[in-house]
Amino acid sequence: MQLTRTQTARVHSRRSLTDVQIQVLFIAPTIILLVLWNIFPLFYSLYLSFTEFSVIKPDVPPAWIGLQNYNKLLSDPRIWQYFTLTGRYVVTTVALQAIVGFGLALFLRERFKGSGLITTLILIPIMMSPVVIGLFWKLIYNPAFGIFNYLIGYSVPNSGPDWLGEGSRALWAIIIVDVWMWSPFVMLLCLSGLKAIPDYLYEAAAIDRASPWFQFWRITLPQVAPLLLIAILFRTIEAFKTFDLVMGLTGGGPGDATELIAVHLYRAAFTRFTTGESSALAYIILVIVIAVSNLYVRSLNRIRGENH
Amino acid sequence: MTKKLGLLTLGLAAALAAGCAAPAAPAAPAAPAAPAGQATAAPAGGVTELTIWWAEWDPANYLQELANDYEKARGIKVNVVQEPWGTYYNKVTAEWAAKGTGYDMVVGDSQWLGQAATQGHYLDLTDFMKEKGLDKTVTPATLLYYGTYNGKYWAFPTEGDALGWAYRKDLFEDPAEKEAFKAKYGYDLDVPKDLLQLRDIAEFFTRPEKNLYGIAVYTQKDYDAITMGAQNFIFNFGADWKNDKFEVEGVLNTEDAAKALELYRELYTKFMPPGLSNAFFQEMNDAFISGQVAMITNYFAFFPALVNPQTNPNYYDKVGFFATPPGPGGAQYASLGGQGISVNAYISPERQQAAKDFIEWFASKPVQEKWAALGGYTCNIEVLNSDTFKQATPYNPAFAETMNFVKDFWNIPEFGDLLVVSQRELSKYIVEGQGTAKAALDNIAREHTEILKKAGYLK
Repeated sequence: MQLTRTQTARVHSRRSLTDVQIQVLFIAPTIILLVLWNIFPLFYSLYLSFTEFSVIKPDVPPAWIGLQNYNKLLSDPRIWQYFTLTGRYVVTTVALQAIVGFGLALFLRERFKGSGLITTLILIPIMMSPVVIGLFWKLIYNPAFGIFNYLIGYSVPNSGPDWLGEGSRALWAIIIVDVWMWSPFVMLLCLSGLKAIPDYLYEAAAIDRASPWFQFWRITLPQVAPLLLIAILFRTIEAFKTFDLVMGLTGGGPGDATELIAVHLYRAAFTRFTTGESSALAYIILVIVIAVSNLYVRSLNRIRGENH
Repeated sequence: MTKKLGLLTLGLAAALAAGCAAPAAPAAPAAPAAPAGQATAAPAGGVTELTIWWAEWDPANYLQELANDYEKARGIKVNVVQEPWGTYYNKVTAEWAAKGTGYDMVVGDSQWLGQAATQGHYLDLTDFMKEKGLDKTVTPATLLYYGTYNGKYWAFPTEGDALGWAYRKDLFEDPAEKEAFKAKYGYDLDVPKDLLQLRDIAEFFTRPEKNLYGIAVYTQKDYDAITMGAQNFIFNFGADWKNDKFEVEGVLNTEDAAKALELYRELYTKFMPPGLSNAFFQEMNDAFISGQVAMITNYFAFFPALVNPQTNPNYYDKVGFFATPPGPGGAQYASLGGQGISVNAYISPERQQAAKDFIEWFASKPVQEKWAALGGYTCNIEVLNSDTFKQATPYNPAFAETMNFVKDFWNIPEFGDLLVVSQRELSKYIVEGQGTAKAALDNIAREHTEILKKAGYLK
């Protein structure tokens, strides 16, 4: 087939692109999207956090007020109360998820008849929407007809506690659901870590007559630790942002017994529309999450260093 | 540029924060003809399609049916776009922030009026409504609360609504129950004449061993439910959110208001089915339909489900309705629900005119009659007072009565700030049982005063 002069010119022009230019062409769309949707809003919201601004007042431009939003937030006892509540929630739920998830992984480590099916069933909660889970558990916790109270020993309807209606129990109710939902995620990562441990380590330990506890403590745990820590890191970041589960179960109530910081941020941003203040709060949360993540990453690097 | 940047910021804040039945309509009459002299005209200004935003519920479906009639009459297609209640306000405010033209008309909550009017999101409809006489077609209370802010009209009252009550007629009219009630309380069992009788009746029918409870009231904290439920009692015990000078201290946190809250908490803790600690309209209807309660409060808009055999197969023919009873001192108000239809200030003048034409058509009596017949709660005086309307459904008489004493929460632009405070403090006292009623009211009064001072309403 003969090429026309124009077609030949196009081919030459394409061939004249260097490898670097082709790379740039491929990467450019992603970079542009990242800048537009991530980088720019990140910096613009940082600017807004130093202003008094409400997004639903389009004719009133942001007014620079320096650190006032941060001062106001950090001196508000209610914010500290919500941060403390969130801290309690994060530590408890992530610790329980690590224990339950790791336990399940140990249980499912050995293949047995039906283990594949059991693994699949255990993973189902991860695949469900948190809002749907919230609505389901609302029914499960109902003191009149929910099954939860029955399972923990209150066989007579209405004789058990109202888990979502009592301030002292509502946070635990959310923790239980979160643990139910996300322990399988921890299990999945731990399981892959457990299966990667070479058998010869256990064989050598057995020859040295090491006890099962010694094998667990000196072989299993150190070998799985990096993956367990990654699972804990992911879950900690997610737990800090818990929102939909709370809204589905309690709406932050009763009172403010389950008003986690992400729920409070939502109210500041989308009910009160204090955009400047909510941007500042978002940055405070971001800094805390980065600081906590950094601690995890350092621990992870230390463990990796020890293992090698 | 600023508002677009602001939108992006909202997206970031959201990303950080959140990793996160309807009854069949009664048979409707045939589609009304267009008002005289307006039959099948060519679309004005080249506008061939209009968009209305409303929450996702039955009245929006009824409005779509009317809109289909409008297309036949005028040749302009009107789409009613529905958004779930939980995200409706966010969707509209995001559009406001962007000065967007995604909608031509919006059926908005009465509480949004101050915000939308003062920030320029709604078109001023004062001259239009006066010139066309639309302001004279609806009841004064609905015009005031659904349409008026700072003396101007910003919306045409569309869906009148308020909190009312449903009760089990089979229980209330049972001779044995009547006899037992009279023996215990010394007066006849009937629709309560005041809120204290409401309490007695709730107590009388509370029989946990039979899984029957006296009452169900709003407790949800997410948006405005517990505030709307409790303010009925606050108003009717003689207190208010504010006086004419926007003063809150001494107006809201009174002894009477404390008694009102104590009564509301007593209803919740003693006479309400367990597990309704975060309950709104759906939970109210569910409790009634399941036969768990003798009385519920709910917005009238949700009552059609109770008389529908499909959705309430056991009690659809055993349900009665009554307006919110007065308090012990005789004050009688009902929390306002409902919405008015407004025009987007950011669309072109041609589209604004087309939207006004639709509102004028919608306000006409034949259309309002069909609106009511479909199940919409008209605010039209003539239709409300007609026997046809009152006899159309079992709840219409109570609705028509209620529309004379509706009262709203704050509707100033700062209502979101004020609402967050009242929701938190009321939920804390009523549901969680923390502190006293007076302390809850004191906290609300103090924080509301701070917000009002910051906004310049108070010195």
